[in-house]
Amino acid sequence: MKSKMISLPYLIWMLVFTIVPLGLVVFFAFTTPEGQFTLDNLTNAGQYISVLLRSIWLALIATAICLLIAYPLSYILSRMHVNRQRTFIMLVMLPMWINFLLRTYAWMTLLENNGLINRFFGLFGLGPFNLINTEGAVVLGMVYNYLPFMILPLYSILTKIDNSLIEAAQDLGAPSRKVFAKVVIPMSMPGITTGITMVFVPAISTFIISRMLGGGSNLLIGDLIDLQFLGNAYNPNLGAAISLVLMVLILLFMSIVNQFDDERTEGMLL
Amino acid sequence: MRKRKHLSRAYVGLVMAFLYLPIVILIVYSFNASKSRSLWTGFTLDWYKKLFSNEMIVGSLLVTLAVAVIASVVATVIGTLAAIGISNMKKRTRSVVMNMTYVPILNPEIVTGVALMLLFVFFKNFLHFEFGLVTLALAHITFCTPYVILNVMPKLRQMDKYQLEAAADLGCNPRQTFFKVVIPEIMPGIIAGFLMAFTYSLDDFIISYFTSGPTTQPLSVTIFSMTRRKVSPEINALSTIIFVVVLLVLLIMNIRDARKEQQEKKKRRELKCEDF
Amino acid sequence: MRRFLSLFLAFLCLFSFLPLTLGSAEIPVDDAGYYQKFKGQNVSINVYNWGEYMSVNDPDVLDVKKEFEALTGIQVNYSTFASNEELYAKMKSGAADYDIIIPSDYMIARMIEEDMIEPLDFSLIPNTKYIDEDFLNMDYDPDNAYSVPYTWGVVGIVYNRTMVDENDPIDSWEILWDEKYLGQILMFDNSRDAFAIAMKKLGYSLNTTDEKEIREATEELKKQKPVVQAYVMDEIFDKMGGGEAVFAPYYAGDALTMMSENEDLAFSIPKEGTNRFVDAICIPKGAKNREAAHMFINFLQEPQIALANCEYIGYSTPNTGAFALLDDETRNNPVAYPPADVLAKTESFKNLPKAANKLMDECWTQIKSVGAQVNPWMMPALLLGCIALSAAITIYRRIRRGRDGMF
Repeated sequence: MKSKMISLPYLIWMLVFTIVPLGLVVFFAFTTPEGQFTLDNLTNAGQYISVLLRSIWLALIATAICLLIAYPLSYILSRMHVNRQRTFIMLVMLPMWINFLLRTYAWMTLLENNGLINRFFGLFGLGPFNLINTEGAVVLGMVYNYLPFMILPLYSILTKIDNSLIEAAQDLGAPSRKVFAKVVIPMSMPGITTGITMVFVPAISTFIISRMLGGGSNLLIGDLIDLQFLGNAYNPNLGAAISLVLMVLILLFMSIVNQFDDERTEGMLL
Repeated sequence: MRKRKHLSRAYVGLVMAFLYLPIVILIVYSFNASKSRSLWTGFTLDWYKKLFSNEMIVGSLLVTLAVAVIASVVATVIGTLAAIGISNMKKRTRSVVMNMTYVPILNPEIVTGVALMLLFVFFKNFLHFEFGLVTLALAHITFCTPYVILNVMPKLRQMDKYQLEAAADLGCNPRQTFFKVVIPEIMPGIIAGFLMAFTYSLDDFIISYFTSGPTTQPLSVTIFSMTRRKVSPEINALSTIIFVVVLLVLLIMNIRDARKEQQEKKKRRELKCEDF
Repeated sequence: MRRFLSLFLAFLCLFSFLPLTLGSAEIPVDDAGYYQKFKGQNVSINVYNWGEYMSVNDPDVLDVKKEFEALTGIQVNYSTFASNEELYAKMKSGAADYDIIIPSDYMIARMIEEDMIEPLDFSLIPNTKYIDEDFLNMDYDPDNAYSVPYTWGVVGIVYNRTMVDENDPIDSWEILWDEKYLGQILMFDNSRDAFAIAMKKLGYSLNTTDEKEIREATEELKKQKPVVQAYVMDEIFDKMGGGEAVFAPYYAGDALTMMSENEDLAFSIPKEGTNRFVDAICIPKGAKNREAAHMFINFLQEPQIALANCEYIGYSTPNTGAFALLDDETRNNPVAYPPADVLAKTESFKNLPKAANKLMDECWTQIKSVGAQVNPWMMPALLLGCIALSAAITIYRRIRRGRDGMF
């Protein structure tokens, strides 16, 4: 069939704007500024292992918290009346329409030493607590910004679970905890893995949240890359090497996550 | 049982409060008379007035909208065609192409941004162009197209193969088949893809940060340069307006859907009645 | 009669232009004819400047950008950066085309050395005559060929009087290391300024190229990290203004701006000496509209414009014309124009050799990435997590297989 040809514009586009740029990143990662082959960039990137670990650590915590918050919520929503479901899902998506820099900035207003939260506690003679410019603030920023990415896939998979299936399990005498563990969770596995990927990937590579809420002292791997390209320590070769490490890391992570989910289908994202 | 219901209600309320707390603050401060974010000095609508005379904000809003429109339209066209083409491929080629399609979605945005910046800088050595609208649009099309493909593909899979044959048997040429049968059939997927591409393009900051130029900055990049010093309340005013507009649109859609459903239910009931 | 007629005509001309001149050129310029060259030609220039470093985008003050556009018909695209290093990265990456940039001294020297900026044609900048001779032929541009000074100032410590211990004299950089103020100190988020403070604290020159001294300063900065609340640049305005921190080293001009917004703030120049900087206007290599850019430089040196800028941004001006127009209070302000004995202890940045620059960049990334709060249990926890994860996978799969087997 000749209609295969109509995907040609896309294939060319993909080649030029997806594959070639990634090739350039690899090329930069393995060359000196003069264009000679070198492994120095990668070994230098190894120096920043502590940053890498911190990024993984914070992103994992944020992902776990997102999952813990989002799963019960999605479950509750999916068992609601249809009209109400729609309203609440709309409410979950609505914040995404406000620029995320502004939402994060609003958190700054809340968390600062003289911020609203501390002032609130101040009324009771408590604090001030040191909230901003800490790792906790960075995790909070991640959870806040990426929570909808966890809720939406979980919700869409949980609504697909037939209520009668749960009832059947109950009728067969399974206690509700067992129903949950044996029926609901296994069936929602694709949603869980999608949600985890969709939260973890942006969380590990963010550089704005850590700058705004972490005060620039809780550097993450995204900051490190930004620093080398448009920041205070110009060295695109090192930046490319760190980007490469980050990509490999995420690939590894996704291969682990995907093990949970054998029947991962195309188009599962959202 | 009742207790449990209250508990779940409280839980939903709590999460919603968490999601909306910063937004409420943002909106409240758009009515604050003082520029400071630590003091409340009185109610004013000045920022809403000033907003429209602030060239920088209005200019970058226009850039954002222009890029979003261009990117989502082009991405929809390319992506729809691509989805149809891909669905006709052999299984192995198809899985290779689909895996590549996932790359811009799953790759961290910062890597995509950096990679595209390197590419544009590389091109710049041969071609004469400036970082600006062109680079922004190219970058946005690149990350928007996969969303269109992923939305159209399932619809194509659901499509009845015999329908195409029937159309051909009834004397449709391939072009007619394409426009009269295929496109209407996958339209919901195309629309969903377009909307998603549009939303993502509007919301993007990281990729725009690496690919915008000195003359054309999208709103997100302008806001970023503001967050370094002090976000002017005009931006809060703008966000409030956007928030209200989106809220209204979603509400209208919601009500329309609900009404449609009710009508369908009614119809069904009537049909049932007729059966008797 | 003829003379009368011509006078009459002249008046007529004057009045017909009046509405136009009223709207645009309230600012007297030396030679208005000079600015007419590009009228109506749809020329534009891209200006890349520090954040909050020109009197623009504020409805309450004279808008330099708009004035220039009205006077010359040249459109100005104005955007901002936060530090010299960021400017350098942006220029070097090749992602930007600018016609005007305003780097600081050492960055200008570095850019000259790396052939990134264009020599200026001073015949197109008649207003160079206003520049104070002290600011010509400076170290960074010894032949005065590449740059026209825009502002100058010194670096000192901004502090909140209500939050410091009264017994603490704020006269030394040491205070920025004081554990008493844990989490109350802001620090420069760029390598050169941060290193300068560490160098001065150690008693070295700002321009040392000695690897040992740079490493020592690096250690000093790493030691400081636990007491630092945040590394910031322009965020300082917001944070100091809102009483978020007690100390922040910053530029004198900005300190004045902050002090005018928050009365509790004060500024002190440490006794160990400090950096005296000059920021100057340059035209980068490859600028598209070089002549229009020269025109903009000249415009910035019009005394009235220079005055408007330095009043708005608070920095000190090298423009004698503008200085003469300043009020006495500003002219005698020891922050903006420090007395001679303070200036004697200041030092200007020079460009460092490539190796030293690279070392400093590397050390800076290290300082920023050092985990002040690296938890010793982070690594084992991570490992445990991974093990638990893979164990969970296998167990899950086994259960699943067992279940499948049942059917």
